[in-house]
Amino acid sequence: MSSKGITSRSSFLLGILCLVVVLLATSPMYAPAYIVILLTSILMYVVLTVSWTIFSGPTGYISLAPAAFFGIGIYTAATLGEALPLAAVVIIGGLVSFIIALLVGAVTLRLRGIYFAIFTFGLVLLIQHLLLWYEVNITGTRGRFVIVVDNTTIFYVMLIIFVLLMLTAFFIRRSKYGLALQSIGENEEAASHIGINVTVLKVITFAISAIFMGAAGAIMATRWTYIDPYIAFNTNFSFLPVLMAIFGGMGQLYGPFLGAVILAYLEELLLTEFPYYYMLLFGIIMVVAILYLPNGIVGLIQKWRKEGFRRKHANT
Amino acid sequence: MPILEGYQVTKNFGGLTAVAHVDFNVEQGEILGLIGPNGAGKTTLFNLISGALTLKSGAIKFKDKTISGLRPHQICRMGIARTFQSIKIFANMSALDNVLLGSLFGPKSVMSTNEASAKATELLDFMELSNSKNTPAKDLTLVNQKKLEVARALATKPELLLLDELMAGLNPTEVIHAMELVKSIRAKGITIIMIEHVMKAIMNICDRIMVLHHGEKIAEGTPHDIATSKRIIEVYLGE
Repeated sequence: MSSKGITSRSSFLLGILCLVVVLLATSPMYAPAYIVILLTSILMYVVLTVSWTIFSGPTGYISLAPAAFFGIGIYTAATLGEALPLAAVVIIGGLVSFIIALLVGAVTLRLRGIYFAIFTFGLVLLIQHLLLWYEVNITGTRGRFVIVVDNTTIFYVMLIIFVLLMLTAFFIRRSKYGLALQSIGENEEAASHIGINVTVLKVITFAISAIFMGAAGAIMATRWTYIDPYIAFNTNFSFLPVLMAIFGGMGQLYGPFLGAVILAYLEELLLTEFPYYYMLLFGIIMVVAILYLPNGIVGLIQKWRKEGFRRKHANT
Repeated sequence: MPILEGYQVTKNFGGLTAVAHVDFNVEQGEILGLIGPNGAGKTTLFNLISGALTLKSGAIKFKDKTISGLRPHQICRMGIARTFQSIKIFANMSALDNVLLGSLFGPKSVMSTNEASAKATELLDFMELSNSKNTPAKDLTLVNQKKLEVARALATKPELLLLDELMAGLNPTEVIHAMELVKSIRAKGITIIMIEHVMKAIMNICDRIMVLHHGEKIAEGTPHDIATSKRIIEVYLGE
């Protein structure tokens, strides 16, 4: 592929992203309130999924920590929500997640494969139970109330987080560090022997991805109004981003985005139409997707394109 | 002045001593061959020099600076590059990206992406891989994958290159070709240490040979000395 082809294609995708953002940004003016709330939920999953992919996609380190950073954001909003303005709460939610991810990353990124996945999952449960113990024994309550913010504001904050995240993901992918992250996934030992400081690169990227998860948690908390450790550190927020990213396909940046949009919408649809069978149906769709779409939707699109290309040339 | 010096280099894995009290030095611009039976500690010595493993005792100095204790990426940036006995390329990335990563991250002074890319293309050319520039590394033939590893190592602008069994698995024609390649790398002013079992190659291109056996250095000398030494014929070469 010529470099010209790559530039025109990435500016095409950037154009689509701009269009999506404009459509989203204007939606509260004409769309019903329900749609705005639905879009916020979808954006939340997109943020969790794309930020997960920044680190885990290229390196192949399967992190199950998203729920931990998301929950940290939620608790930031619950403890600081009344004292500070909303913007500050969201930023602090991101920063606290960043710092904790740095510490956790420095300790755990020596682990590889399944051990890393298990440790990160353990982190979610550890923080959840520590908090529960603290709340029950020290504060004497289980849950907390979070300051209420109107739905349109929540939507716009989520939209800003989403845009910043897409830009960050785009520039990391295109930079030399994106290439280096990929080389870590291919062969970490070789990567370190050609001058890549693999430890620092992994820890910092892991922490950058946590910023967006924490920020998303801080703003979502204001919609839920009441939270406790089980709500905030719900392990579904660790598993769903992984499933959505795999479903979308991690080969391209738009893969996790599409995966999250489709599955988040599907979740909402199933939950409202078939509340009793929602988990069953969701599970069946996931199994079918993993069996028949090993490279996700991106893989399917690329296959169609190749076949279309071949057919066009076969006819002439 | 030697470019690389080792003093009493020792490494053990639990009860097994892989390398024991080995003293060595490598002169600027020479090709040093490292031979010995399987399990003699040759690759372990490479791992110690390149920082993949840490020494138990002793010290290694590169251009008069102690490098033992540094991490692999630091040692690489000081000017030591290596290849691996079992190929460790970035299989799903293109040949060009493999080499590009070396020139982006390996050299002491950082280059712009354009410079690095030009450098990588030039090295693929030097290794006669220009036709496979955009091929995923996993689809290259064995000999081309080995060349790609060398190109990637050279992209880090090393002064010392460690080649771990470059010739293993190559056919006789490819071996001759690889020997030419090693000589042309040395002609660029790069010092080379090579582990090799292909005796013809070792005897022909090395200035000096060091023999390891059970982790100990049992001999060192010119190819002629080594080929005629009784002890070495006994433990390694055979009658």
